Amino acid sequence: MSFGMIFKVAVLAILRNKTRALLTCLGIIVGIAAVISVLAIGKGASTMMLNEISSMGNNLMMVFPDWNRRGQVRSGMGAGQTMTADDAEAIKEELGYLVKYVSPAVNVNSQLIRQNKNWSCRVSGVSSDMPEVRNWQIGEGRFFSEEEERGYVRVCVIGTTVQKNLFEDDENPIGQTIRIGAMPFKVVGVLASKGANGWGQDQDDTVMAPYTTVGRVLQRSKFRSINMMNISLVSMDDLEEATREISALLRQRHKLPDYQDDDFEMRDTKEIMATMGSVSSLMTILLTAVAAISLLVGGIGIMNIMLVSVTERIKEIGLRMALGATPFMILSQFIIEAVVLSTVGGAIGVILGIVAANAIGEVNNWPIVIEVSSAVYSFLFSAFVGMFFGFYPAYRASKLNPIDCLRYE
Amino acid sequence: MSHLIEIRDLKKIYAQGEEPVRALDGVSIDIDEGEFVAIMGASGSGKSTMLNILGCLDTPSSGSYRLDGLEVAARSRKELAIIRNRKLGFVFQNFNLLPRTSAIEQVELPDLYMGRLTWRERRKRALMLLKRVGLEGRGTHKPSELSGGQQQRVAIARALMNEPPVLFADEPTGNLDTKSSIEIMNLFTELSNEGITIVMVTHEDDIAAYAKRHIVMRDGRVMVDDKADGGVRKTTEQVSHLVKEALA
Repeated sequence: MSFGMIFKVAVLAILRNKTRALLTCLGIIVGIAAVISVLAIGKGASTMMLNEISSMGNNLMMVFPDWNRRGQVRSGMGAGQTMTADDAEAIKEELGYLVKYVSPAVNVNSQLIRQNKNWSCRVSGVSSDMPEVRNWQIGEGRFFSEEEERGYVRVCVIGTTVQKNLFEDDENPIGQTIRIGAMPFKVVGVLASKGANGWGQDQDDTVMAPYTTVGRVLQRSKFRSINMMNISLVSMDDLEEATREISALLRQRHKLPDYQDDDFEMRDTKEIMATMGSVSSLMTILLTAVAAISLLVGGIGIMNIMLVSVTERIKEIGLRMALGATPFMILSQFIIEAVVLSTVGGAIGVILGIVAANAIGEVNNWPIVIEVSSAVYSFLFSAFVGMFFGFYPAYRASKLNPIDCLRYE
Repeated sequence: MSHLIEIRDLKKIYAQGEEPVRALDGVSIDIDEGEFVAIMGASGSGKSTMLNILGCLDTPSSGSYRLDGLEVAARSRKELAIIRNRKLGFVFQNFNLLPRTSAIEQVELPDLYMGRLTWRERRKRALMLLKRVGLEGRGTHKPSELSGGQQQRVAIARALMNEPPVLFADEPTGNLDTKSSIEIMNLFTELSNEGITIVMVTHEDDIAAYAKRHIVMRDGRVMVDDKADGGVRKTTEQVSHLVKEALA
């Protein structure tokens, strides 16, 4: 008897009992679909949470000029004038392999005036790559360009809180002019709302303009000095090396002798990263538990339907042996049956899981992350359960005399 | 001259409980080609056990069984399966058809395991056999759509698929009404006349009367074997008398 014949016998046996085949498949389908969709949604949610946490910046490091040491009077953090935009450019140029972006920032508190409305907030002079560095999304319009930055152009981007306070609800702020202090600035974009940060500070209460313009026009500074730098590293793994190199470079540029302390201070987001790590591992444990329960339920379903049909199957095996099927043929038939059912059920389960995950994500507006490993593991588990419980009665029966199978109750 | 079936001192002992049950207690018989044998006896006499062992569905505890000149008592399970497939046909009391399977597929099954024919030849032979047992045009019917008598005919057609020299029947009319029983027995008689060896277990005298040789068993032993009578059919009364004599 050829393999083709055994295959034919197996397929005929499946088609003969469509209900049982369907119920077996259903167990596999439900198990796999549940795992895939739950994991996809869970991973999506987890990614969303992590994104939210990391929205304060990607691989971010901040460098502030230290307090002014001249004399005994010490001003606050960032008040020193020892750090300039040239330092930022030097870091970008010489340490390009470590840093992705270097964004100098100049901050002033200023009065914003438009027609009969006015508002006071912090005006940040930043570079054009600020959206990438601090994960700012543009809600409307655009961010200012590098050309505008280099050309000291008076343009600005406003946060939604500022928009609310300076414009009517139905007004489009894009293209309008507001006054910052005494100087007119053209609004080119509105930042997408970020809400309050972890410390309750309203991140939308801000105006961003090119640091060049802010420095010259608002601070009236002649030295291109800056209040801080946001540095985005290529990878958080390089944090220590980057800290060392940036520090060395700044010391060299500021001509600090060895005995003198740094005239700048560096901060990083290591703590935030640690929080992210613990949230992510907690989510992984939770999702693994849910997936394991789903698989268990699916597996019990498969086991039940397989065990319920054992009596009928053992009688069938007895008859087939009486008609001349060898034990090998019987086992082959049952393995093929189990493989076919598992494969078909598994494929349907994977498709259904992906469809369900996308549908749920669509309805609730959740991100969906489908991992290949979850599909593979759940498929392997269901297939194993299906094969074991499909195969086990056949294995037991093939050890009996045909007459004992025929008489099995 | 060697016999088609030759058993010597065959024993089947079940070690159940304290007292072992001797289902077969040293049976020796010969059956020649073309014989139509009825094995009779009350329930528990060992007649079904003997048929199952003759049909290689069960293995004896001890003794010798030669089929067609070959010793089969100590064969592997695979070899026994091949012997059943090529040399033996079975008809059971409860038909033992595969549920939800068309008659034509039931009949084709033994050749699927043998792989002797192409699928076209196999289908042709299955249709021929269904016609032979009087079920022309019913090939697509499933067991649930057939009467008991028709189901047993499907089983007979299936048993004939691989042209076995021997046909074993275990109470083939046990689940059938009188009319169907007569039809089935007439079919057996025709097959016997064509030269197929038939060994049938029954406890009904009128069914046994269709056979040409009668073996009556009790407590795992052969009580009467009328082989010496020369293979002539007996009337139901003669069979009843034979049984009564044997069990007296």
